[in-house]
Parts: sequence; C-alpha cells; structure tokens
Amino acid sequence: MRALARRCTFPLVVIGLLLAFPLATTGFYLEFTSKVMILAIFALSLELLVGATGLVSLGHAAFYGIAAYATVLLSPKFGAANLFWLLPAAIGCAALYALFVGALSLRTRGVYFIMVTLAFAQMAYYVFHDTKLGGGTDGIYLNFKPEVVLLGARLVDLGKPAVFYYFVLACLISVFALLAVLLESRFGRVLAGIRSNEQRMRAAGFATFPYKWAAFTLAGALAGLAGFLVAIKDGFVNPEMLSWHESGAVLLMLILGGMGRLSGAVLGAFAFALLQLFFQWEVVFGNFSKHWPLLLGGTIILCVAFMPNGLIGVPAQWRAWRARRRPEAARG
Amino acid sequence: MAEGNAPLLRARGATRRFGGLTAVSDVALDLAEGEIHAVIGTNGAGKSTLINVLSGEIAITAGSVELLGQDVTRWSQPRRARAGLGRSYQRTTIFPRFTVFENCRLTAQATRQMPWNWWTAASACPLSTTLAREALDRTGLAGLADRTAGLLSHGEKRQLEIAMCVATRPRVLLLDEPLAGMGAEETERMLSLLSGLKEGHAILLVEHDMDAVFRVSDRITVMVNGAVIASDLPAVVRADPEVQLAYLGEVHV
Amino acid sequence: MDLATLLVQCLNALQYGLLLFLVASGLTLIFGIMGVINLAHGSFYMIGAYLAYSLAPVFGGNFVATLLAGLVLAVIFGYLLEWLFVSYLYERDHLQQVLMTYGLILVFEELRSILVDNDVHGVPVPAWLNGSVQLGDLMQYPVYRLAISAVCLAVAAALYVVIARTRLGMMVRAGSSNREMVQSLGINIKFLYRVVFAAGVALAVLAGMIAAPVTSVYPGMGAQVLIVCFVVVVIGGIGSVRGAFLAALLVGIVDTFGKVLFPQAAGIAVYLLMAAILLWKPEGLFRQG
Repeated sequence: MRALARRCTFPLVVIGLLLAFPLATTGFYLEFTSKVMILAIFALSLELLVGATGLVSLGHAAFYGIAAYATVLLSPKFGAANLFWLLPAAIGCAALYALFVGALSLRTRGVYFIMVTLAFAQMAYYVFHDTKLGGGTDGIYLNFKPEVVLLGARLVDLGKPAVFYYFVLACLISVFALLAVLLESRFGRVLAGIRSNEQRMRAAGFATFPYKWAAFTLAGALAGLAGFLVAIKDGFVNPEMLSWHESGAVLLMLILGGMGRLSGAVLGAFAFALLQLFFQWEVVFGNFSKHWPLLLGGTIILCVAFMPNGLIGVPAQWRAWRARRRPEAARG
Repeated sequence: MAEGNAPLLRARGATRRFGGLTAVSDVALDLAEGEIHAVIGTNGAGKSTLINVLSGEIAITAGSVELLGQDVTRWSQPRRARAGLGRSYQRTTIFPRFTVFENCRLTAQATRQMPWNWWTAASACPLSTTLAREALDRTGLAGLADRTAGLLSHGEKRQLEIAMCVATRPRVLLLDEPLAGMGAEETERMLSLLSGLKEGHAILLVEHDMDAVFRVSDRITVMVNGAVIASDLPAVVRADPEVQLAYLGEVHV
Repeated sequence: MDLATLLVQCLNALQYGLLLFLVASGLTLIFGIMGVINLAHGSFYMIGAYLAYSLAPVFGGNFVATLLAGLVLAVIFGYLLEWLFVSYLYERDHLQQVLMTYGLILVFEELRSILVDNDVHGVPVPAWLNGSVQLGDLMQYPVYRLAISAVCLAVAAALYVVIARTRLGMMVRAGSSNREMVQSLGINIKFLYRVVFAAGVALAVLAGMIAAPVTSVYPGMGAQVLIVCFVVVVIGGIGSVRGAFLAALLVGIVDTFGKVLFPQAAGIAVYLLMAAILLWKPEGLFRQG
C-alpha cells in the first residue's frame, strides 16, 4: 500500500499543480501548457507501443495527423459539429489507419519494423501533401470549434481558453489512468512479457500477433485523441503534422523523460516543449536562435549518450554513480 | 512403459531441410506418459532442430507430429502450447526484470488469457496465481518467489526455466539441455526434480551429460547427422556397437 | 502510350532506380555489417548535392574535378564520422541509434543552413554532356541522364567485383551474415567498419552530386531519398546488395510509371508496393541471415 502511495505522489502533485495553474495565469502560458498536455497525451500513446511492448515505431505522427485532419474535414463548413460524434469519428479514423498499418508492419521485426512504420507514415503524409484532400501544403482551417451539446443542452464552451485547458487536462488524466490500469491487467502483462522475450511468450501459448496488433491500434487511437485536441486548439491543420520530424519528436519525448514509466512520457513532453522554447529564446541565443534545430540535435545526441534512462532515471543513475565511487558505502 | 496407452506425443518421418542441408531426417519418436525419453547425439546431430520442429517453432519439411491423438503438424507453436506441449530452452529465457512468482504466473496465464478484461489487475487473477504457486512448489522455488529473477544463481534460473514450463500444466515437456552449465550439486537437484516430474507427464530430454542421461532416462534415442541410429532402453543403447562407435567413444565431462 | 514515350519512361525509371541503388547500397551494407540503422544516410545525399553546387565555382565549372574533390571529401568525412561518432553506436539498441542519428540529421541540416543556405539551387549540366539523343521521330532524351545511369551501372559493377572477388569483399560478405564470427576471427574489425562506412558515405555523396543537375538542390532532398531507400532496403532485405539492386530498380519502375499513369496518386505507389510485398513476403525478397 505504501509503495502504491509513493508511486502516486508524483503524478498527484503534478495534477494538483496543473489544476491550479489557470488560476494563476492566462494567455500565452495557459495556451502553452494546453499544448504541452496534448503532447503528453501523444507521448503516452507512444509509450504504450515503445515502452510497454517494445515496438519502436517511427511513424506514430501519422495517427496524430490523420485524426487532426479528420476533425477539420468532418466538421461542417458553416456551423459547429457536436463533440460527441466528432471526437469518436476522428479517433476512429486514426484507429482505422492504425489497424491497417499494424496488420502489415507487425509482420516484420526490429529494424524492418522501424522502417516500415516510417514508410507508412510517409504515405499518409503524401496523401495530404500532394492531393486536394488536405488542401495541400497550405493546410486547412477549422471554421468552428465543436460544441459540447448533450440532449439539447450546451454543457461547456470549448472556445474559452480556460475551459479548453480543463478539457485537455481531463483527457490527459483519463488517458494516464486508463493506461495505468491497462498495463497492470492481463493484457498489459502480456505486452510486458512480449517486450521482455516474445519467443518465451509464444512457447507458453500466447499468440503474440493479436496482442501487438491491439496495442498498436489502441496507441494509434490515443494519438488520434491528441490530434483531435490540437486541431481544435489551433483551428488549423497542415501536412507537417504527419511528418517524420513529428514522429521523431514524440520518440524523443519518451527517451528524454524515460521509458518504461508513464510519468516519464509526461515528463518528457514537458521537457521537450520547454527545451524547444528555450532554444528559440532570443534573449539567450540572439540571432543564433533561428538555428535552434542545431542545438536540439546536439542535445538529443548528448541526452541519449549520457542519459539513456531519461530524466526520470537520473536519480537512479546518480545513486549508482555514487555507489560506484564509494564502494564501502554501497549496500548489497 | 505404460501399457495400452497411446503415446502422448508421436512423430513420424519428421524431416527438416534448410536449403541443401538436411538437419533432421526421417525421425520417428514416441513419448509415453510417465517416461523420460532422452535424445542424445554429437553437436550438429540435429537435436535442437528436432525440438524446434516438435514444438512448432520452425516448420516441418516432411512428416507428421501428433499430440494427444491430434495431428498438430500444421499448428503454430502457441497453439500446440495451449494444447498441452511445454518447452524449456537451452539458453535461459526467463523474464529477468520480473519476480520469480510473476515469471510463472505470466506463463500460466496462457491457459486462460481473458485479454478483454482490462480493468482487473493480472496479479488478482485466481487461476494463474494458483498455477504459479503450484509450479514453484513442485520445482522447489517457493522460497524465492519474491526475488527478482535476474538476480538468481545460474542453477536457480534453470530451475525457474522448468517451473515456467510446468506452470501451464502441459502433458508433454520438451526440455532442451536443462543441465547446461550446472555444477554437481545443482545437477543432483535438477535430476531429482525431473524424476519427480515424470508422473502425469511425458518428457523429452535433450542433454549432453551422459551420466545424467543414463541415470534418469527410461528410453534413449541416439541421433547422428540428423538421423536416428538407435532408440531403445538405456542398457541396450549402451551396448549397441554403432552407438559406441559414433558417439560414446567421445570424452565427456 | 506510344513506344517513344514508353522508352523515355523506362530510361527515367532506370536512372532513378540506379541512383536509389547507390544510396541504398550504402545504407544496407552499413546496417548489414555494423548493425547500425543510420537515419542520417539521406543527409549524405543532400550533402553531395550541395557540394556539387558549392564546389562548382571552385573548379571553374569542371564537373569531373568537382566530382573527384567531392568524393575525396566524402571519404575523409565518412572516415572521421565513423571514428568520432558512429563507432559509439554499435553497442546501443536500435531506438538509441535511431534517436542519435536523428539528432545528427538536425545538426547536418542546420550546418548546411549556416554554411550554404536554405534555398533551392540549380546545378548546370556539364557542357560536354549537354546534348540529346534522338528517340523515334518526336522524342529526345538528355545525354546527361544516360550518363547518370552509366556511372551508376559502373559503380554497381565495381561493387560487385569488390564484394565477390576481393578479400575485402569476402570480409564484407562474412560480416554481413555473421558479425560475431568475423570479430572472433581477429580480422581488424575497426578498420573494416571504418572502410565500409566511408564507402557508404561516398556512394551516397556521389549519388547526390551526379543527381544535382537533374533534381536540383533543395533542403528536403535528404529526407525524401532516405525514406524511399528504407522501402528499397525493406523490399530487398537488409545486408543484401543484390537485393538492394533489384529492389531499387523495382521501386524506380513503380514510382516512375505510377506517377505517369496515376498522377493523382503521386508518390504513394511505392508504399503500396511495399505493402503488397509485406503481405506476400514479410522478410523481404532477399533476406540474409
């Protein structure tokens, strides 16, 4: 029980801070934090694939982008859609593509899987980039944010930044809780076993393909939720949302924060967003700030080289380093 | 040999080719309940390939495999496992980050998977926890249940490997060199464990340790270059001149 | 489609496929032998193109001199990069390799942005190759494109000879199917890896340089070629140069004719091809090891 309480403290503290946040700020910081929470949902969805099941996908942005495009394309031009059908529809589109990509790419392993997922994401990118469907490179605008209307009664107005913020926070908490429960369930334990040694799982009697396929599709659906939210927030979508830079970024968030822990994904999303903001801060970098990808690239390399367990692994890394330095103090 | 009972596992004409190389050639094998059937042979004789073919890990090129009366020749490995075929590996395939208990519980979960029940914690699953406890008791690992598997000694890991295999309550056990890398004391423990497992199971044992094989087996099959050159009671095999020529003349530790 | 147009498209497909082969062969060798997935491989192609653009004024427009200079630089660059960076990736898992080489892409792109710029540039076709060949009554085909194909075929032939007939090639083949064994045989693994990596870089840079007059020089070209090369490697099988050759030609044909016959579907034909092959043979057509 105490172990459970200890594990919950950090997430609860963070949730508390996030709940109180809008009371202290407005405008830019509120919007920034909304964006970061959406990225955290995106990162959590990939954690299910990479951290929990060991499937390194380099094409996860496809599901994020497809849901975003679905949100805009399915919304009527001259009125607001109802959230209660738009949200499932957008997630459904992402999930459908994940079903298709998963069915084919899960037939491969290791490096092949990485390359194939990237290729399928690129395929979706080209569909939106080169055809009239997505409005081409310019992207398309969402004219009206969806309404939250149930049985004729308007529940909340997503147009207000604070309301939208709490809606996103509710989604983040739900996704986090869902994954936390799921990973402890029978299904989740099988994923963990597959990650550790898939051959052994098959020898025990588990048909591993359906499990991986289900995880892949669910991960795609959750990425779709993030895409839906970002489409509403920005009111605009463009093909770069499906680019491999986006896929690379979300993978980076995981390794930055630390894989194998849900909190790591959330932490990584915050760290990544802050890092990007920092590198673009002209006060520190002056004119060089427009070359922020250089700094980001260098940071990625250094992080992976020296912090392979991410930020969340730093305390343990520190302890291990100190134990090596003082062998007489090390505990057995 | 149990009278009048059909063998739990029966292979006929089992053949496996890799391009031009025939690794397993026309092998016939019966595994009867209550028996330990050892397969011995020099390196490259095809023993590991034979186990892989019987377990379904690689496809058979020709021949048939029957498990508990059913033709499983075209079945995948997971399907055969669920039908009662368990296998352990020569290289240890435990889950090092999980506890010893969780290792057995997870493999035991394969018997009744219930993946759609996503809201209940797996550790609360009554069937798999019971099976895991039984498997650990049977293999003598009950005292180590909460230890992280990666921290076990080599001998204990090999025991866990067997426990994971037994946890799914298979009828047939295919054990690939369970004694690999073990010292004298650990070997004794493992041998008495294997003898104790005979009841209710049919066991195939691939091993290099000749003393152990002759002590514990009820039947021995000898393979050379993928083919069977002898398959009989241990005493008969020991006296077979062909076997002595091909195999027993080598020095074994 | 009349015969002349068909012939033109076939030549285009051949040229594109052969260029892809040059880049993909390096990628597949580096992964097959060193076990490193290098996302930055496309950047070498881009670097080659920008080298062709930047070095041209230095050599007064002498294309051959530019090529040679670029190749020398590429080999040195590849050697240094392997020594200082890539050699640290061998022990790491795929995810870390992916991320570190992704970081490398960002670094390369920005360095290019700082040292050259972010604009699209043309590179002139060398005067002595600037003619056309008559095909049929109405069609003409640029000599330079034929030259590209010829160079690629020559390189492919040279690769074949080196891999199949020399000691170095033998080590390459052995390392491709069993890395651990080659190491335990005491062959100077470090040197082999460095040579292979430098060769892979040189191949990609060469491809970029000779493609530049035809495709022009633009920032996104590295990423574009990389992803198609991934498809080539998936289809052809990791570590197999022969597979990369056949797969590259196949991709060249599918992409070129796909764009001609179904312009709306544009670039996705190649991915549909990959999907079809995955359905049929998930291991690739010529999987090794």
